[in-house]
Amino acid sequence: MLSPDTIKDIINQNLDCEFIDVKGDDGTHFEALIVSKLFEDLSIIKQHQLVYDALGKMMQHEIHALSIKTMTPFNWGKLQKME
Amino acid sequence: MSVDLRIKELINNHPVLLFMKGNPKFPQCGFSSLACQILDASGANFHTVDVLQDQEIREGIKVFSNWPTIPQLYIKGEFIGGSDIMREMYESGDLAKVFSDI
Repeated sequence: MLSPDTIKDIINQNLDCEFIDVKGDDGTHFEALIVSKLFEDLSIIKQHQLVYDALGKMMQHEIHALSIKTMTPFNWGKLQKME
Repeated sequence: MSVDLRIKELINNHPVLLFMKGNPKFPQCGFSSLACQILDASGANFHTVDVLQDQEIREGIKVFSNWPTIPQLYIKGEFIGGSDIMREMYESGDLAKVFSDI
């Protein structure tokens, strides 16, 4: 069964992240939060495309439902202060 | 007609177009269902294409948009994103702005 940690590792290997968290324990539905400097000055579409690129062929096969939330370190920092 | 041309014709003919699994009454996946709910809540008139009924479009749209998942929203010929982006734009009010310009 596909685990959130596997998805996390693959994204981490292929995309330079400041922070990443992947949740989901039914093997099918996952939620990922990714914080990366690479997202700065990119449209949200391009940010998500970077995550999809990092996962490559997994998106066509193993992963059926992945919800993605991307943030820049700046916005991530603001959120941390609020919490 | 090539699949690219078919997709271009669809997005040119419908100002708000959602490629989805199933239809708004019977969505066949949670993300497609969410996308329809967001468009309904935004008061948008939208047209849908059921990719489950058309294998060529189902694969073709992923290449066309460079986006591996369904649903996909197009507004006035421009790719807006999938359901995660739609939700973020709905919550921030950006989606309402896009619709007010139509």
